[in-house]
Amino acid sequence: MTTGAGVDFGRRVLTVRRRRFALRLEWRSVIVCAVLAVALACLAVLALMTGSYQLSPGQVISALTGGETGLVHDIVVEWRLPRVTAAVVFGAALGVSGAVFQSLLRNPLADPGLIGFAEGSYTGALIVILAVNGTYWQLVGGALLGGMATAVAVYVLAYRRGVQGFRLIIVGIGVSAMLHSLNTWMILKAELEQAMSAAAWNAGSLNGVSWDQVAIGGACIAVLLLLAARLGRPMRQMELGDDAAASQGVRVSATRLWLIVVGVALTATVTAASGPIAFISLVAPQIARRLARTAGITLAPAAFVGALLCLAADYLAQHVAPTTLPVGIITVMLGGGYLGWLLFIEARKRL
Amino acid sequence: MTVPGRRSRLLGLVLALLVLLALLVLSVMIGSTAIAPSVVWDALVHPSSDIDQFSIRDFRLPRTIVGLVVGMALGVSGALIQALTRNLLADPGILGVHAGASFAVTVAVGVLGVRDPQGYMWFAFAGALVVTLMVLALGSTRQGSSAVVVVLAGVCVAAVLGGAREALQLTDPDAFDAMRSWNAGSIVARPLDVVWPILPFFAVALVLSFAVAGPLNAMALGDDLAVAQGVHLGRTRVLAIIALTLLAGGATAIAGPIVLVGLMVPHVARWIVGPHQRWIFAYSALLGPSLLLASDILGRVVMHPGEIPVGIVTAFVGAPVLIALARRNKASGL
Repeated sequence: MTTGAGVDFGRRVLTVRRRRFALRLEWRSVIVCAVLAVALACLAVLALMTGSYQLSPGQVISALTGGETGLVHDIVVEWRLPRVTAAVVFGAALGVSGAVFQSLLRNPLADPGLIGFAEGSYTGALIVILAVNGTYWQLVGGALLGGMATAVAVYVLAYRRGVQGFRLIIVGIGVSAMLHSLNTWMILKAELEQAMSAAAWNAGSLNGVSWDQVAIGGACIAVLLLLAARLGRPMRQMELGDDAAASQGVRVSATRLWLIVVGVALTATVTAASGPIAFISLVAPQIARRLARTAGITLAPAAFVGALLCLAADYLAQHVAPTTLPVGIITVMLGGGYLGWLLFIEARKRL
Repeated sequence: MTVPGRRSRLLGLVLALLVLLALLVLSVMIGSTAIAPSVVWDALVHPSSDIDQFSIRDFRLPRTIVGLVVGMALGVSGALIQALTRNLLADPGILGVHAGASFAVTVAVGVLGVRDPQGYMWFAFAGALVVTLMVLALGSTRQGSSAVVVVLAGVCVAAVLGGAREALQLTDPDAFDAMRSWNAGSIVARPLDVVWPILPFFAVALVLSFAVAGPLNAMALGDDLAVAQGVHLGRTRVLAIIALTLLAGGATAIAGPIVLVGLMVPHVARWIVGPHQRWIFAYSALLGPSLLLASDILGRVVMHPGEIPVGIVTAFVGAPVLIALARRNKASGL
């Protein structure tokens, strides 16, 4: 580890060099990520302990390391672990997906929903539920098809000698609004029971997540997160503006397309497995930025905040709410409440 | 980008006014039975007990007036929020207006057992006002409020209330059923005597909007430059927020959450007149009701003799226009 002799930006920086590989990290971000990881681990153990059959922390840890057999092993590894893993992995994916979009569009209100993914997948799911009355896999297929088709349509409609951030936002808003109306209309015309089950799917839930779903989703997400990490640096350069980034050697339009693909694919994977879990992608990058006090949006803290938020929300949804609620409802309240509290503290500090 | 001169702006405004007048007349004439203009005229000037006159006076005229008022309020409130936050994504719903209104209505339906849509109105208005004040308090400091923080505060409050509302709805089928029709947004069956009490609020808000248009122009250059030009930032923000809350809150209370009107009308106005708030407000006040009435008329024609709620049609009328405008070369300069 050496300290770079370059420009002093007034922040302590951790530089790692190994032959062709060099990494420059801000100390505060590193510490925040470490603290979040510890919190995540503690919360995961708590979530594995809690349920109608209470376990002790020791039992959980020995079950995870292969020390238990029989009932305790089944409860921890077969029943509770898939759900906890899903919450962590999906939360991280959503956090990164939001960070990518907020950086790309230079707007704190941006998330993949902005280019129509959320409304499109709801439209697809509604058609499957109301018109076809299809199976679970048809529902997943319909949602993915709807979301992807909408995202592609928005990209194509916004394409005019390249895609520019502002035009993408406006076209996205227009298309989303149309689909939103269509969804409202379908809900209005449907039988009450079917409409309510569609609305419950749209709230996003981790009920009944299996190892298969976690394994497939997790593998996709791992690949996508690696891609996102590679794109992290050109992404930060593009925050300076397209011209400045291009003059620094970033291939702007290719990078932008890749960022959109990665951002949408992350959200799509989560939607396929659990329904759309709202709001993590919107709020996690903002919370992460405030915790790490970085100037722009950074990916790693956003991933940790997203994972923590999703896990905490799922815990509350299962064990604290009077009836088991979809996790999406709790994420919205938890994330919104926490960001509100951070803003409140920030405002008081400036007094 | 060349900015049109005063003459062409005025000409455009007159044109917009004519379009609006034509739509007002059409809105009274068109419906499940078409009524001739002469009968419409008679109904207004020589009232009698004719059946067509009855349907004009008791149904179509109130509906048209409600459309005019709501559209105007939505258009101007959208222009205000976009000028205030300098964020083109901002729409009046962002300060918690929709969230507050629909939360209050859900509580009224689900917990208090209110079943009468006219009874919802005051709940919705109160909810919108209270929540917007909460957002403002959360997003401001003693030195005034920063636009980004206010917007984020609005998103947070809307999220928390939205989650609570959704939890309430998913566990109570009655509330869900009532809310899905309220959520669609409609201007049908709003008796005028229920709407009148909200009009004074609208009048005050419109006067306020035009009063802060000048300072908002200066604030478009950035807070520091605006202060250097003698703008009182805090006062301008508070007045603008009061105006837009009254407008958006009142409109939502009357018609339910109507998407896209408040968002797209100011964009269209800005593309016509360039970055000059007073003109943008004036155009928005005419284009808003035009979009709403055109959508409402279309909603009556498309599924004749059935109807589609106006809140659903606005998106289908407005979005293609918005997308076409965004694809023009001129727009990319903004």
